[in-house]
Amino acid sequence: MQTINFLKPNRDNIKNYSIIGSFLVLVSLIDVISNAFLKINLTSFLPGSLTTLFPLIIGLIGLNMMRIDYSGNKKLDLLNKNINTNNFNALLTLLILFSIIKALPQSLSWMIFDATISGDSKDACTGTGACWTYIKVWFRRFMYGMYPNEFHWRINTAFILVIALGFVGYFMKENLKKYLALYYVIIYPVIAYLVIYYLISGGSFGLQWVETGAWGGLSLTFIVSFFCLIFCFPLGMIFALGRRSNLPAIKYISICYIEFWRGVPLITVLFMSSVMFPMFLPEDFFMDKLVRVIIAITLFEAAYCAEVIRGGLQSLPRGQYDAAKSLGMGYWKMHIFVILPQALKLVIPGIANTFLALVKDTPLIFVVGLAELAGMLALAKTNPKWLGFAMEGYIFASIVFWIICYAMSKYSYNLEAKYKTER
Amino acid sequence: MNNIIKKYIPQILAILFVVLIFGFLTLNAQTNMDNRGIDFGFGFLSQESSFDVQFSLIEYSGSDSYARAFLVGLLNTLLVSFISIIFCTILGVIIGVARLSSNYLIKNSAAWYVEFFRNIPLLLQIFFWYYAALRALPMPEKANAWFGVTYMTVKGYYIPAMVWENLNVFLYCALAAIISIIVLRNYANKLRDTQGKQIPVLLYSVALLIVLPLLSFLFGGVSLGFEIPELKKLSKISYIYEGGISLPPELIALVLALSLYTSTFVAECVRAGIEGVSKGQKEAAASVGLTPNQVLKLVIMPQALRIIIPPTTNQYLNLTKNSSLAAAIAYPDLVLVFAGTALMQTGKAIEIVSITMLTYLTISLTIAAIMNWYNKKIEIKEK
Repeated sequence: MQTINFLKPNRDNIKNYSIIGSFLVLVSLIDVISNAFLKINLTSFLPGSLTTLFPLIIGLIGLNMMRIDYSGNKKLDLLNKNINTNNFNALLTLLILFSIIKALPQSLSWMIFDATISGDSKDACTGTGACWTYIKVWFRRFMYGMYPNEFHWRINTAFILVIALGFVGYFMKENLKKYLALYYVIIYPVIAYLVIYYLISGGSFGLQWVETGAWGGLSLTFIVSFFCLIFCFPLGMIFALGRRSNLPAIKYISICYIEFWRGVPLITVLFMSSVMFPMFLPEDFFMDKLVRVIIAITLFEAAYCAEVIRGGLQSLPRGQYDAAKSLGMGYWKMHIFVILPQALKLVIPGIANTFLALVKDTPLIFVVGLAELAGMLALAKTNPKWLGFAMEGYIFASIVFWIICYAMSKYSYNLEAKYKTER
Repeated sequence: MNNIIKKYIPQILAILFVVLIFGFLTLNAQTNMDNRGIDFGFGFLSQESSFDVQFSLIEYSGSDSYARAFLVGLLNTLLVSFISIIFCTILGVIIGVARLSSNYLIKNSAAWYVEFFRNIPLLLQIFFWYYAALRALPMPEKANAWFGVTYMTVKGYYIPAMVWENLNVFLYCALAAIISIIVLRNYANKLRDTQGKQIPVLLYSVALLIVLPLLSFLFGGVSLGFEIPELKKLSKISYIYEGGISLPPELIALVLALSLYTSTFVAECVRAGIEGVSKGQKEAAASVGLTPNQVLKLVIMPQALRIIIPPTTNQYLNLTKNSSLAAAIAYPDLVLVFAGTALMQTGKAIEIVSITMLTYLTISLTIAAIMNWYNKKIEIKEK
């Protein structure tokens, strides 16, 4: 006698069950979608809380009916394996699907359908959605800060030049490649500094002087993170080697340096650079706030860099050191030609993470009064003509930073894959 | 001879370099302070601070000393770090486990959660919660009750306060319960190692934790009442909740941002830890005849925790340091109260910034030292 199995499919009746099951799931999805998008409650005839639970129950029953091991149907197997392994998993699947469907129309209509982007004053924003007009009007401020509008080409040119110079390494001739490190560590920073100083600051060659107080927005974020990046790496390398040194004085100086900077929050370092550091400088010596901030962040991140590089140095097998020494190489020769090339390859992900942290830390310079993107947002938010658009501003900034950071992390994955050596 | 030169010259040069830098800086500081008529000293700590702090865990008013203001700031920093650490651990573990789920949707939602929250600067997240999200909450008079007795308003989150009688008796009972659980666990471990017997420690522990404090209620004269926040009219249009505890929006924004941000890193640590235990371990344990629960408890978790705990502690440390961003939204933490307000009033830049940095340094180094000790302890001793 055949037992009646209501909710448990087997291979004979799989077809019926999968059809009924997918139909039930479909019904539950349609219910939720119509609820969310069209604001029609299909199950209003049901009492109270059952209305909200209805799609969940129906969906669960449907998924349960579809669940069978090795049904023979490839698509069904794939579905079961990925989202429907047991009841708990099925519940989670449904919950995630429903919450996505529920959240979608609200956020879509706020961000796109009900949003305004036309016009150039607050009056244009009358709808219930986001007011992208605000971003549009303030866009130049968010990008360039208080830098005079007619000189924005100077910032753009400087950035293009610096980026182009950075790619020089790719196109260098083979016989010049040995000077690559020299170029990136010493020549490139100097040229970049000169380019940025003469183009963005101005003051000579007929360019008007623009003080650093007027710099701001995303371009300032780039400038600060760029200089900190290129300076903190060599500094970190020195301290990493110092910490691994056999000479006790150098070793302990490096340890103290690294542990000190790693133990304090960046914000106090910035406070130090802005209120305490001027006290330590000679009387008639004036150092620009931006320069002080860059020095502070560089010193801070160098400690993190050093720890990452030290990890790479430590993970090299002793044999590499011994082999290099047995060839008669001295300390510097051994490190430059044998140890560092291998160690640096190993620490690419770590270094990328440090740089990522650095970029994410740059908004902090806001606390010492430098208005980069977060600072400009704070300014724009309190502008009496544009009150009440904090949400749009922060969402815009978050998207910008997210794209930058996500691209950086993806690029580091690529680098890691490219330089991977089998051991 | 050559060797000695090679060994000592760099060291002497390095020390000389450091001494010169420090000497140069101190000399400058000396002349600068002489010129401006500032004297160096920590005497100001006992002076009257004469500023108010919005939110403090201990009694504090303007007539208290700067030292007490420092303590208020430190406690606020520790409070926000502590709450955030709890939340980020819970979230991080859930997300980390979810990333290993076999369910395609769950795995990918968790992965996107991680990618989303860790690629946005923390400061922006704090600003977002504080200036954008929490500002959209209702005014006190329009707030709906959450769970019947708590109110989420634009002025903060109001929760009932607990009113204890004979709290110390209760605390002694709880302490006794914890101590007896530790003793019980040690005893159970010993029993398992020597005789191979298992006793349900978890069951006993839960029972102890419930029964002992319950006894204190029944016989110790302990009683617990709740003070529920009530709406009060201040003037025609301004309302406020009285009674209970009010958590300021700054604290909520900070906790939200810190725990969401740090949970992504904790999730990655958890994932790496669980993935780090080789499959063979699980299979070997199963083939010895352990139940799935025992496999998880006795074989997988001890090994996974060994990988998870060190980097996670690092994240906790980062969280504590990141909590200093509180200054940006005026939550009265150590940086805002001490390195902000107190510095403005006294002008003692060098002293105050050094004290602040040393405080954070002490916290970091203490935790790092404990971690090193712990790592040494749990290290797999290979023969």
